[in-house]
Amino acid sequence: MSGPHSGPHSLSESESELIMGDPGPSGRFGEFGGRFVPESLVPACMELEASFRRAWIDPAFRRELDHLLHSYGGRPTPVTECLRLSEELGVRVLLKREDLAHTGSHKINNVVGQALLARRMGKKRLIAETGAGQHGVATATAAALFGMECVVYMGAVDMERQALNVFRMELLGAEVRSVESGSRTLKDAVNEALRDWVASVDTTHYCLGSVMGPHPYPWMVRELQRVVGDESRAQCREILDGKDPDVVVACAGGGSNAAGTFAGFADGTSSVLVGVEAAGGAAMHNGIPGVLHGMRSALMQDESGQILEAESISAGLDYPGIGPEHAHLAAIGRARYETAGDTEVVEAFQRLSKTEGIIPALESAHAVAWVIRVAGTEVLPTGSTVLITLSGRGDKDVAQVRDILRRGETTPR
Amino acid sequence: MIGMPTAPGRGVLETTLRDHRESGHKLLVPYVTGGMDDEWLVTVEAVAGAGADAIEVGIPFSDPMIDGPVIQEASLRALGRGTTPTGILADLGRLHVGIPVVVMTYYNLIYRAGHQRIAGLMAESGVSGAIIPDLPLEELEPWARAADDAGIATVLLVAPSTPPERIAAICRRSRGFVYGVGRMGVTGEQSSLAGSAREVAERVRAATELPVCIGIGVSTPEQATTVCEVADGVVVGSALVRRLLEGAGPVGAAEFVSSLRVALDGG
Repeated sequence: MSGPHSGPHSLSESESELIMGDPGPSGRFGEFGGRFVPESLVPACMELEASFRRAWIDPAFRRELDHLLHSYGGRPTPVTECLRLSEELGVRVLLKREDLAHTGSHKINNVVGQALLARRMGKKRLIAETGAGQHGVATATAAALFGMECVVYMGAVDMERQALNVFRMELLGAEVRSVESGSRTLKDAVNEALRDWVASVDTTHYCLGSVMGPHPYPWMVRELQRVVGDESRAQCREILDGKDPDVVVACAGGGSNAAGTFAGFADGTSSVLVGVEAAGGAAMHNGIPGVLHGMRSALMQDESGQILEAESISAGLDYPGIGPEHAHLAAIGRARYETAGDTEVVEAFQRLSKTEGIIPALESAHAVAWVIRVAGTEVLPTGSTVLITLSGRGDKDVAQVRDILRRGETTPR
Repeated sequence: MIGMPTAPGRGVLETTLRDHRESGHKLLVPYVTGGMDDEWLVTVEAVAGAGADAIEVGIPFSDPMIDGPVIQEASLRALGRGTTPTGILADLGRLHVGIPVVVMTYYNLIYRAGHQRIAGLMAESGVSGAIIPDLPLEELEPWARAADDAGIATVLLVAPSTPPERIAAICRRSRGFVYGVGRMGVTGEQSSLAGSAREVAERVRAATELPVCIGIGVSTPEQATTVCEVADGVVVGSALVRRLLEGAGPVGAAEFVSSLRVALDGG
């Protein structure tokens, strides 16, 4: 592998001048981020930050991570040019194929890094939250690889709609615990994982799945996902004769594949960065600043500050917040955030399958749906070039989409 | 405590608890989730009259991550009844219990309302302190300044995992008393007291002159007595709220608090 990801990462002064650089000890991205956790967890977050800082500039750690991502994770993943869809839309569509990574999504990048870090810290047990199950499957996979115990918290509602992923996690040796509190989805799974961690922090690493939570998670997970953006930028330059794509698009729930993708383009290119949220879980559109799960970010909440329940066809985007760095990128105008509704998402899911032979995850189909909608408008003019990060493959969603199509039940949001 | 001189910088909460401590009395701080049922205000009055030195009232939040199943259930019931932070404070403003009232809530409700506004509402309601468990030392200042200005004591927590130099810093910034977290875990009853409860009490005791109360995992009169061999007092939450969820009502709640009082008084 080549590119900025593979070299030792020094925390120089120039790092703090980068748009997506090191947020420093306070973990702040502008006014967002921070570390809003109970005192019991503060020392653990500090220890994790210190360990990650040491590991991230340690060439031996980076070599082992790169080796595992290559030999086990299947990296680098290719960039595929969508010839038929490009022809139909009148824009040049490139896909970053995270669906081809091991376990079927970008989530493996983060968990291999965190599992290596956990081993360095002497932790023998991994816990994780999961929505669609992709992060749970990835964590269970890494736990199997490293011989660690693994417990995954998953909302009861999500366990029903992603039953196959529950079985995959169990097959990989993980225990999946059903979360019955609150809305019984991703937000509640995070609460339950945090509750476990408070009681188990001596032996347990909380393998958080997105660019959210208390510092250092939003920064650490973005750095572990940066490989997506760094690879993409080099690959696009090869395909586009040294140019960058005009627009770079990724779906965003917590926002880890978007953050990893954007990290490769935010500094040093003029590519327009677009995150696409589920219309029913659009923290950037419907949210206001608040504090949940250890971070200050955009949150869907009522006038008293009670957190609202997100609702989307895609379990992975069913989250009322978004990573704090996204709130910051929006505030400074470096990225913009759009939404896609369930109906157009199911259409995009089918269209990419039929035109390119690629079945996208429902999460990733949000990014595809937005591109389909805006192609040929001033946002994405005819003849322009767009890179979409296809964060995962859609095998897990096939049964759900079949049921939806049989019932004919999606309605525009 | 009407008529009693308040030392400079010491609010009603600290003054009251120090006075009770200096009279040789162990401190008992029961917790009730605000709005959890129709009778919650009667419960607060009954509990106050049963020997409590201060009372902690929870303002329910949708995502109570440091709370175990009992307080989660109480919070859910309260929110289901339409309970709001300003509603709780308005209710508390009509209450006269004769002991300091401390509210416990999560930071988003404070942040959403606005620091100065909610601190002012607390003061108007006669609340003398606030416990915000997801607001650690590093994130504290914007709220703590507003709270200090309004005369609301921000009670900080020390955990079993807190290193010594941090304990000292937390104790310096805490107001009213210092809340020692009895064990690594969420709120909830324990059949036996964690060894960490006594250790935390000892460490905090050595670091501050402020009253030291231990909570989280203190469930029975015996456990309260054991902790108070070192600590100045205890906060008892889940054990009381479970009884309320099971229908004990104000009378049953007062009986339980009385049993804690009697045990702490050496009875």
